[in-house]
Amino acid sequence: MMNRRRQHDGDDDGYEHRNRKRRRVSENQEIEDRLESLILRVGERSTSSVESNLEGLVSVLEADLGTFRLKILRILSECAVKMPEKCTIYTTLVGLLNAKNYKFGGEFVDHMVKTFKESLKLCRWDAARYSLRFLADLVNCHVISATSLLQLLDTMIDVSNEDTVPQVRRDWYVFAVLSTLPWVGRDLYEKKESSLESLLLRIEVYLNKRSKKHHNALRVWSVDAPHPQEEYLDCLWAQIRKLRQDNWAEKHIPRPYLAFDSILCEALQHNLPQIVPPAHHESYEYPMPSVVYRMFDYTDCPDGPNLPGAHSIERFLIEEHLHHIIEMHHLERKDCAAQLLDFPYKSKIPLEYCIVEVIFAELFHMPTPRYIDIVYGSILIELCKLHPATLPQVLAQATEILFMRIDSMNTSCFDRFVNWFSYHLSNFKFTWSWEEWDSCLLLDTEHPRPKFIQEVLQKCLRLSYHQRITEMMPETYAKLLPVPSQPNYKYASEEAGSLTGTQVAHQLVVAIRQKCSPEEVINILKELPNSGENSDQEMSDSSFNPLKIDVFVQTLLNLGSKSFSHSFAAVSKFHLVFKALAESEEAQICILHNVFELWQNHQQMMVVIIDKLLKIQIVDCSAVATWIFSKEMTGEFTKMYLWEILHLTIKKMNKHVIKLSNELNDAKEKFAKADSSSSDSEDEAAPKRKKPVTVVDKPTEEMVERMEEKLEAANVDQKRLFLIVFQRFIMILSEHLVRSDTDGRDPDTDWYRWTVGRLQQVFLMHHEQVQKYSGTLETLLFTSDLDSHILEVFHQFVALRA
Amino acid sequence: MSAGSIDLSSYRDQHFKGSRAEQERSLRESTTLYVGNLSFYTTEEQIHELFSRCGEVRRIVMGLDKYKKTPCGFCFVEYYTRPEAENAMRYVNGTRLDDRLIRVDWDAGFIEGRQYGRGKTGGQVRDEYRTDYDAGRGGYVTLMAFSKNIVHKEDACHRRC
Repeated sequence: MMNRRRQHDGDDDGYEHRNRKRRRVSENQEIEDRLESLILRVGERSTSSVESNLEGLVSVLEADLGTFRLKILRILSECAVKMPEKCTIYTTLVGLLNAKNYKFGGEFVDHMVKTFKESLKLCRWDAARYSLRFLADLVNCHVISATSLLQLLDTMIDVSNEDTVPQVRRDWYVFAVLSTLPWVGRDLYEKKESSLESLLLRIEVYLNKRSKKHHNALRVWSVDAPHPQEEYLDCLWAQIRKLRQDNWAEKHIPRPYLAFDSILCEALQHNLPQIVPPAHHESYEYPMPSVVYRMFDYTDCPDGPNLPGAHSIERFLIEEHLHHIIEMHHLERKDCAAQLLDFPYKSKIPLEYCIVEVIFAELFHMPTPRYIDIVYGSILIELCKLHPATLPQVLAQATEILFMRIDSMNTSCFDRFVNWFSYHLSNFKFTWSWEEWDSCLLLDTEHPRPKFIQEVLQKCLRLSYHQRITEMMPETYAKLLPVPSQPNYKYASEEAGSLTGTQVAHQLVVAIRQKCSPEEVINILKELPNSGENSDQEMSDSSFNPLKIDVFVQTLLNLGSKSFSHSFAAVSKFHLVFKALAESEEAQICILHNVFELWQNHQQMMVVIIDKLLKIQIVDCSAVATWIFSKEMTGEFTKMYLWEILHLTIKKMNKHVIKLSNELNDAKEKFAKADSSSSDSEDEAAPKRKKPVTVVDKPTEEMVERMEEKLEAANVDQKRLFLIVFQRFIMILSEHLVRSDTDGRDPDTDWYRWTVGRLQQVFLMHHEQVQKYSGTLETLLFTSDLDSHILEVFHQFVALRA
Repeated sequence: MSAGSIDLSSYRDQHFKGSRAEQERSLRESTTLYVGNLSFYTTEEQIHELFSRCGEVRRIVMGLDKYKKTPCGFCFVEYYTRPEAENAMRYVNGTRLDDRLIRVDWDAGFIEGRQYGRGKTGGQVRDEYRTDYDAGRGGYVTLMAFSKNIVHKEDACHRRC
């Protein structure tokens, strides 16, 4: 080899040399890729055992520990973080390498510790937890001493004593420690029992004194029967206690290192360096607390493998693993379904029940699901396709359970359940055994059960058509059926003769059909008298004419009633007229009310039209919010679509604020960069620059200032919107409570529960934005003199990030 | 490596004004989707409801028979952002709307005129090769249309489904 390298022509000297170097580099790259592939796949199912695969891999890696050390370290730590369910396979690998090469073992420990510390600093909480777990399992492989691990765990539990930090920080550190114990509990018990016990005692003390105010906000059901909605730390603690009771005999996690015990116990261990968790910083965001969702127990599952008990550590491990599969594959629904059904321990558990439970756990997660609802709906459909003989039955059973418990389900989850069920039915020919639920027809229509069916039917209507919905339901359900979604145009009805605006309405119809201009419309409307309904005319805008709005809005929208596109085109074409009529908030509310008068039987049309009016800025967000709480809408108050409108309104406002905020940050960054780069434009460092900052790109100070003002104004609008919404809630709830008290009636009516539920939904659905105004809300609205039930909702929300 | 759900399909619009490369770039950046295999009776409202579950729909343009100006079984759905359109590719493509499995694919962008079927009888080309009875798409293809197009079978690979 050496000879060949030395033989080169004088002429081709440089070229040959570069070529050889390139070949060497690409050879190295090939080897690295191969190593990576071997390491990544060592845990995959193959014809040979994991143990023999590991042995083979170790002998390959041994030789490369010198040259490819860094690459191997990096691959292994990535495996630790990205494949937590294969933790024990890779710790065994590290253990075997450490037995052969103590120096490498030490370098790996250092590398893994670095990974752990960086994750903490970057708030990558899952990566940190998986790193910690890996370090803990390395104790089982004789790579790390039990004593030094316990020291680390103790240091982490020290965080639980920090008092000026958010509770969610303390919680996370305790959670991280607890979640390593299934792996290393046994070993610590055998080697350092008393230290382990002290650690557990410290944890217990913390768990007993921490606040659980947030718990109720996160529960899916308000009632604990038949399955309690346990707070996540409480649940894990119960599971660890039970594991301790069983002397830490944990049987679920596969432990390849046991087969290599004779080799590993000869290895020298390393001590972890002193690790200090990074101090809390204001910018750090910790995971929010959660509730453990349970809907099945072993009695729900047919004969076969048992569903592990709620407080068994197996349940925790299985659920964590299934959630991780969803996280890994949620972008490809078919793969996700296949991976879920191919769960490594599927023969040990009633897999389909576990999967369905975990999926609903995510769908019903409070405050908001991890992914958009349709992700879960479509994965469930794929699961049904893969196991058509069994999964649909499990899903039907789940639906039945959810329906039976719907009385105590929180409103946010109720909405998601309605949306999911209607979507699911639309994929399966709307087939369902409705008769089995007909006892709900005896209940008041405001009761959650009949209401659920009503709302499902409304959603099914949107996905199909009226005749279809009527035909699919037994006759007994007639009163819950939606009415046909037709416009209610009074100026062509029987009563039209007696209405003031009829003549002008008909003129308008003719003119619009003849493609008249907005100005001509305004002229025609001039013929209408001012109805003079407002006695305080001096307070309202003089151009506010309710009758004009009535005739125009209802006539125009009726003309556009054929489809959404027709309505949108109509609104756009006569934007000018809308603007002229809608100068005040009162006028805007009047517009909304007229949209309602025309389209009250078509909930979906209501939603899209109001969305459009907001979009083209004919009505303001605050007008929509005020209108929703107006007296005219009392009859619609508990209907889902009205809240759909409120939430889309709030979301629009939020989106607007976020957009301006991002634009401002971008501009500030560019401004700062432009400032610094202008000073060192002389040093010609990189020959290639990605994007030259042109003169146009750099914002002026004036531009940045203007953006700040815009954002400031948007924040004011957003704050005002939230204040309106919360204030109205407080008013009507307080009114109800006072009236009930005066009349000697129980205030706990269906209406009351729905309304409190809707209040809670506003907090939770928009918690990130609402949080900005917590202080103001506490000072102005949610004061101590309020009824405790209303105040509770606010306090639970605040507790989420406390 | 199997196709990802947001990958481009093999379909390329033969009427696209521009090079293949340009078309592919548009498709990779597009926020517009083509939706096919709809029933002729599927409404804008139904489409709006389903696709709104993936994000905020900017607009829907119904595909129309060139002569009758009635829906002929396809439409365009446009979102404001790419990620929302990707959601539709991931979670709506291959599921049911109005009891039919619908196909969702990337589209380079709606231009006036593209809402019309390109078949000789006014509907979609694919409907002129169909041999099965499809109640939601006019039943059987008229014999006249079928025989007219049998010569052009080699174009079949370019028709959308």
